Amino acid sequence: MENTSKKDSKVLWQLFKSTFSLSAFTFGGGFVIVSLMKKKFVEELQWLDESEMLDITAIAQSSPGPIPINASVILGYRMHGILGSLISVIGTTLPPLIIISIISMFYQQFRDNTIVAIALQVMRAGVAAVIFDVVLNLAKNIVKTRNVMYIAMMFITFLMTYVFGISAITVILICAGIGVINLIIDLRKDGNRI
Amino acid sequence: MIFELFVSFFKVGLFSVGGGYAAIPLIQSQIVDIHHLLSMEEFADLITIAEMTPGPISINSATFVGTRVAGLPGAIICTLGCILPAFIICLTLAHLYYKYRNFKGIQTILSSLRPAVVALITSAGLSILTLALFQAEKSAIVLSNFRIIEFLLFISGIIALRKFKANPILVIFGSGIIGTLAYMIF
Repeated sequence: MENTSKKDSKVLWQLFKSTFSLSAFTFGGGFVIVSLMKKKFVEELQWLDESEMLDITAIAQSSPGPIPINASVILGYRMHGILGSLISVIGTTLPPLIIISIISMFYQQFRDNTIVAIALQVMRAGVAAVIFDVVLNLAKNIVKTRNVMYIAMMFITFLMTYVFGISAITVILICAGIGVINLIIDLRKDGNRI
Repeated sequence: MIFELFVSFFKVGLFSVGGGYAAIPLIQSQIVDIHHLLSMEEFADLITIAEMTPGPISINSATFVGTRVAGLPGAIICTLGCILPAFIICLTLAHLYYKYRNFKGIQTILSSLRPAVVALITSAGLSILTLALFQAEKSAIVLSNFRIIEFLLFISGIIALRKFKANPILVIFGSGIIGTLAYMIF
């Protein structure tokens, strides 16, 4: 009994520690933290598999609210139910809460400081490197499925978002529609009627 | 007053689907137009700071506005209002996902979403890379503005991550320190 509660608190502490440190470094939007979460929870801690992380990302992107918060809620729930959700949301919320509380007291100086501006600009290069590292692995695994449709969908949805600027939520809804059509085709093949 | 703020940010949290930038017009209407808590100039400053600091824009705004109106308690209450809808909705979705995700039909649908998610992350990564290398959005790239320091940082970051399995936070922080020093020297 004591052993399990020790293990529980270890998971919760790891959850808090990870979400807190990831949140403190997510410059540049929701997909940055998702890439960092993938590295932390899939590659390093091996708590989740990769497809699960992609599902969590899709759900987080399609629900209302900030993506990092949404992803933390789902991830926390997966690891330790409602308590896990609470812990990881607190971990994700605290860094911006602390940083902005401090900055809001002397924001003029912060905004006009050139060294701060340079540091934030160059840090983007590091952020981009982290995202590309994650993307290369993810894309490799989609190609490895050798499923022509999934590979084609990856390229087409990329063109839709990057070149044509179609919103993420529209792209996800279209792909969900394609998934439903696939499902219907599968069911027909199996000889089942719906 | 505090309760009103809570309700305002609850609405922001509830209606901002699609992350960061989608929330900006909502925050503006609640904070500048309806409740007159910030002027338009202060709001523009707020967006600049929110972009410069880690964390989602809506949470940064909630903390910023809350602090200005009622100090730390204000910051906490506004932030709570902002994340409460997400918390309730995602908890429900997480529960459903883990209950049904092994059903074959659900698997088929989820498999069609995964390539799209990979594409979305790639597209976000490319946008950040363009900002890093040209200090401009992709529609306003000027080739002569190409920044060699950021390019070298990006390449060494990729090598550190892929070859040496470096810690990603270290890579982000390291490029911040090395890049700032490089700009101060050259």
